[in-house]
Amino acid sequence: MPRPLYSEKGDHIESKAPVRVSRYRGITRLNHWVTACSLILLLLSGLALFHPSLFFLTGLFGGGQTTRWLHPFIGILLFFSFLLLFLQLWRLNLPKPEDATWVANIDEMVKGNEEKLPELGKYNAGQKFIFWAMSGLIVVLIVSGVMIWEQFFDGLVSIQTRRVAVLVHALAAVSIILVFILHVFAAIWTRGTISAMTRGSVTGGWAWKHHRKWLREVAERQKPAPSGTGPSGKEPAE
Amino acid sequence: MTETAPQPKTAAANPPVQALDLGFDARDVVRISATPDVPQPTRQLDKVAKLIDVSKCIGCKACQSACIEWNDTKPAVEDNVGTYENPHDLTPEMFTLMRFSEWVNPETDNLEWLIRKDGCMHCEDPGCLKACPAPGAIVQYSNGIVDFIHENCIGCGYCVTGCPFDIPRISKVDHRSYKCTLCSDRVAVGQGPACAKACPTQAIVFGTKDDMIAHANSRVEDLKSRGYDQAGIYDPPGVGGTHVFYVLHHADKPSIYSNLPDNPRISPIVEGWKGVTKTAGMAVMGIAAAGAALAGFFMRPNRVDEHDEVEAEELVEAEDHSRRES
Repeated sequence: MPRPLYSEKGDHIESKAPVRVSRYRGITRLNHWVTACSLILLLLSGLALFHPSLFFLTGLFGGGQTTRWLHPFIGILLFFSFLLLFLQLWRLNLPKPEDATWVANIDEMVKGNEEKLPELGKYNAGQKFIFWAMSGLIVVLIVSGVMIWEQFFDGLVSIQTRRVAVLVHALAAVSIILVFILHVFAAIWTRGTISAMTRGSVTGGWAWKHHRKWLREVAERQKPAPSGTGPSGKEPAE
Repeated sequence: MTETAPQPKTAAANPPVQALDLGFDARDVVRISATPDVPQPTRQLDKVAKLIDVSKCIGCKACQSACIEWNDTKPAVEDNVGTYENPHDLTPEMFTLMRFSEWVNPETDNLEWLIRKDGCMHCEDPGCLKACPAPGAIVQYSNGIVDFIHENCIGCGYCVTGCPFDIPRISKVDHRSYKCTLCSDRVAVGQGPACAKACPTQAIVFGTKDDMIAHANSRVEDLKSRGYDQAGIYDPPGVGGTHVFYVLHHADKPSIYSNLPDNPRISPIVEGWKGVTKTAGMAVMGIAAAGAALAGFFMRPNRVDEHDEVEAEELVEAEDHSRRES
């Protein structure tokens, strides 16, 4: 079976009345939440060392010394956790022609006239932006972070390079926090989104309204309804 | 015990024998790392300085030994690295180091053996203190001494990034940063630094900065009268002057002395990181978070309505039908 264009093979219609569409399998959700928790811990421990007024946040981790050694290890955890997530999500986050139209008419989205926007696959351009921004910034953060990891990599780069790395690390951290705020805001503002990452599924209406091409594709390959004549179809590949 | 120890005026001065209170203490702190608006002390101590006259140094390393002894450090016994330097570099256990370089003077074709005692310069504008994220881990007293308060140090290495002279070293044992203290504990009780006291040729002297400048000037004059036309004082203005400074016989070329920086200053990258990035970054993140929270509360949410649900059901139903018919 060729790869679907707008959906993952595992996405399927979970129930029909009311319609619920499976969006993320359990392992992907677990992966997402490990990444999310790491990011929040990194954000708290990193901000503590970023600005004196937030140094008190080191208290959450048991003091400055603990915060200092813990932060990079959580960074490593986040990097690999996000890497697994990346491998699962990158394909459907590649740009598509309709993304340009979507971005050009983003004001309609904000005004609530989503009907005027093109039909979309599993992700809209905003979600794709968050995905690629996170991906790029995490690479920048892990690379610059290793360069300033005093405990194990103190001699890795020259002091001048370390100065650049520490500045880049701070700027990338501020940027990823902004992306994170946008991600959380969009998930809450677009009602019905969060269940995709908690229960793993969304309502049919949500899929119809926001990701219609995705819904069409998933509905098209749904397993035939049990019609009383016994099992008649194979479960779609996970 | 109400009388306090006098500020030492020379390194060689013997300490007072009677018990005295500290000559300076935490009340004399003028700057504290990661702490804005430090209340300024009511008194101003005399600025102190250690002068290192490179032209008088014989490279005996008595200063290193005295430093080790006073600070009770235990530098590892190392291998020869091809020069007289031992240990190979400053370490968390070695706060000062004689650096040896062989230089051929292009004017005279003479080989000159340049020996420089390396260690913390005690900058008037300390890059380590500005870079430090831990409140109270680095302080500066009104006499100019920059000191690390180890119990507040978190071992992040930002001081290494901030220092224009590559001085602080982070211990792999206790993960705290170490450097020369200018023997602040000795100075506080009226004694000069251990290295200065041990120096057999008085290449290292200690006193008020004014006295040391005057002494340095007389040394420069002497060197010039003996043919060192470029003799001069190394008290770099880029870091506001330093409280450890040099007399160099080739003051026009500081870098020949084992890479002493020609024009040291806190890197603009560090200033940008600790300046505009910190302030603007906090503002941008704060505004974004507050804006998102307000929008979350007051903006009409993007809801799915009954019509969408019906459409979805019809779509799924229609696909189902077409599939069953085929």
